Amino acid sequence: MRRTAVPAALLIVAVGLAAGCGSGGGAARKTDSARGPIKVWLSNNKEEVTWGKAMVAAWNNQHADQQVTAEEIPAGKTSEEVIGAAISAGNAPCLIFNTAPAAVPQFQKQGGLVALDSFPGGADYIKQRTGQTADQYRSPDGKYYQLPWKSNPVMIFYNKEIFTKAGLDPENPPLATYDQFLAAARRIKSSGAATAAIYPAPTSEFFQSWFDFYPLFAAETGGKQLVSGGKAQFDTAEGQRVAQFWKTVYDEGLAPKEKYNGDSFGEGKSAMAIVGPWAIAAYGDKIKWGAVPVPTSTGKPAGEIKTFSDAKNVAMYSACGNRATAWDVLKFATSKEQDGALLQATGQMPLRAGLVATYPDYFAKNPAYKGFADQAARTVEVPNVPNSIEVWQTFRDAYTGSVIFGKNPAPDALKQSAEKIDKLVGQP
Amino acid sequence: MPATLLPGGPIRATRDRVTALLGRHPVGLALVAPYAAFIALVFAYPFGLSVWMSFHEYFFTAPGAQVDRPFVGLRNYSAVLSDPGVRQAFGNIVVFLLINVPLTVVLALLLATALNRAVRARMFLRVAYYVPYVTASVSVVGVWLFLFSSGGLVNKALGPLAPDPSWLVNEHLAMPVIAVFVAWKQLGFFILLYLAALQNVPRELYESAAMDGASRWDSFRSVTVPAVRPATTLVVILATITGANLFTEPYLLTGGGGPNGASTSPVLLMYQRGVEQGHPDVAAAIGVLLVIGVVLVSLLNRWLLERD
Repeated sequence: MRRTAVPAALLIVAVGLAAGCGSGGGAARKTDSARGPIKVWLSNNKEEVTWGKAMVAAWNNQHADQQVTAEEIPAGKTSEEVIGAAISAGNAPCLIFNTAPAAVPQFQKQGGLVALDSFPGGADYIKQRTGQTADQYRSPDGKYYQLPWKSNPVMIFYNKEIFTKAGLDPENPPLATYDQFLAAARRIKSSGAATAAIYPAPTSEFFQSWFDFYPLFAAETGGKQLVSGGKAQFDTAEGQRVAQFWKTVYDEGLAPKEKYNGDSFGEGKSAMAIVGPWAIAAYGDKIKWGAVPVPTSTGKPAGEIKTFSDAKNVAMYSACGNRATAWDVLKFATSKEQDGALLQATGQMPLRAGLVATYPDYFAKNPAYKGFADQAARTVEVPNVPNSIEVWQTFRDAYTGSVIFGKNPAPDALKQSAEKIDKLVGQP
Repeated sequence: MPATLLPGGPIRATRDRVTALLGRHPVGLALVAPYAAFIALVFAYPFGLSVWMSFHEYFFTAPGAQVDRPFVGLRNYSAVLSDPGVRQAFGNIVVFLLINVPLTVVLALLLATALNRAVRARMFLRVAYYVPYVTASVSVVGVWLFLFSSGGLVNKALGPLAPDPSWLVNEHLAMPVIAVFVAWKQLGFFILLYLAALQNVPRELYESAAMDGASRWDSFRSVTVPAVRPATTLVVILATITGANLFTEPYLLTGGGGPNGASTSPVLLMYQRGVEQGHPDVAAAIGVLLVIGVVLVSLLNRWLLERD
């Protein structure tokens, strides 16, 4: 017993000291006017890396004293997890060109982000470039901690060959109303043209609702966010209609309740998918595809339909020493020229007002992208609220339990999750 | 009598005090110091910090960020215990352990006994059982998805007897499938433990049993099982600890703990609450409760298995 007393005591002291040192100390305030080399992180999407490296090379050619180093975001379960860890470790780069809007409230709470309003003309630059849509990216304190960069407005992609096989018009498919959509889905299924009419991921990850419930909710409500004014917005007649639509899809087996391990649309297992413009390059000539806006209960005209933006933004991180350079790089990377290069390289839509009018040549040469560009003007972002990820997980749990697996009635589940979410957004 | 009057008194008293403090062989302290430091840094410090976090309002911040981390008493524990999702996760892990641990013990012991006797292809069989253990879970999960998905091999073989909903989206079957998967994956390691224990069982015991007319089964029941009891205790405790830390399988095999939370484990919840949702204080409370639970179950196992 005595022999173990000393090491044990040392261990306890070490633990106590270490645990007591858990809180952070004072921080040196970084100056917003410092210039010099900076580091940026890019998404690991191949096309974005190509664009990012070209953008950085163009900047470096003109700024020998303020060189930029670009790296892909280090591997992790999710980019947000890696960025959160980098913020805590104090080694986040100056800019990350892949900041998810849903994660911004958490990064802000961590003290990891720089308000872009702190730079001269910062807020004006964002508003001028993005227009009215920029308001959705403002934090509850009224500041911009992210620059709205690019969106992937989601639409219904459909496989023309499967539609033809099911006896549906592949050029003007009847998918505008819920009734039309369900009738088409039943026909696809009963004809055996595809295993599934549509195949959203039926899994529990918090973000999956962005690709089933949320686009249809945005369309049905004319552009409401999941939460607005500190209150959940989905426990309403519109929210119930959307939930009931998806419940019918699952109850009738038009969408499977089990995750597909692969690309169900690309492999012809599913006739439809909810995707952004990235799908054009991904499916290209392999599939004869068409794209239509997401359905609404009454079949609103396409020009009125809103959808989920699936945006990725750029944020400046508080570990950045040379913030003046970072701000200049941010403006350079989101200039008209670089936005055009991004559009050309990736097919993703820069969050820029008047997109089609700004790049008429591109859309004339690539008409397939024009529908998505039109849709990009009518997008709805995830709400910028405290506990954003927990809000989405709460909603997803209620949705999978009631809509997908039918464990409890959808109206009850939506009501209960709305009450929980109201509490969550009221907490700091 | 004053101590100073004894021959060698002060020196002996000092030596006694040093011995009392550092032991008879102080060099031993130097030898264990690296491992003690490793334990302190890698296990004790994080655990101590977790306990501290679980009693405070805590979230990860950038270096230098000025935030209050007030003491909140049992608030995090109260939040955790009143959360139906957490209670469901602990219930799920109990189901997992009730299936996984006995299955692991029985299969590992039977296979180790068979392997111990096998003459032909002994090495091949040992390697075959060990390969899943050293293979990354991610790749092995892919094979099980191929086997147990709706259109997978198992359902095709079962035909009309296939369960509906299918295995991985059936709230009654998802956790048992995971428990069987983990038992299969880790079997190689536990077989090795039993093989080592079997080497130490005196042959005379089997010969005596045979002389008394014991069958193979009698011999297994009356000689092998009692003789490897210390190994069984180790297997049960290790299987309980590793099982309680279940994460990868519900994360990958059932799409984040589905269906409808039926395969969510406490560690998966800790990841969601602590890392994804930014509430490490709540995650720490779940972790501390899990540690307490595992320690209690391990002590119970030990008491049950080692009593005479």
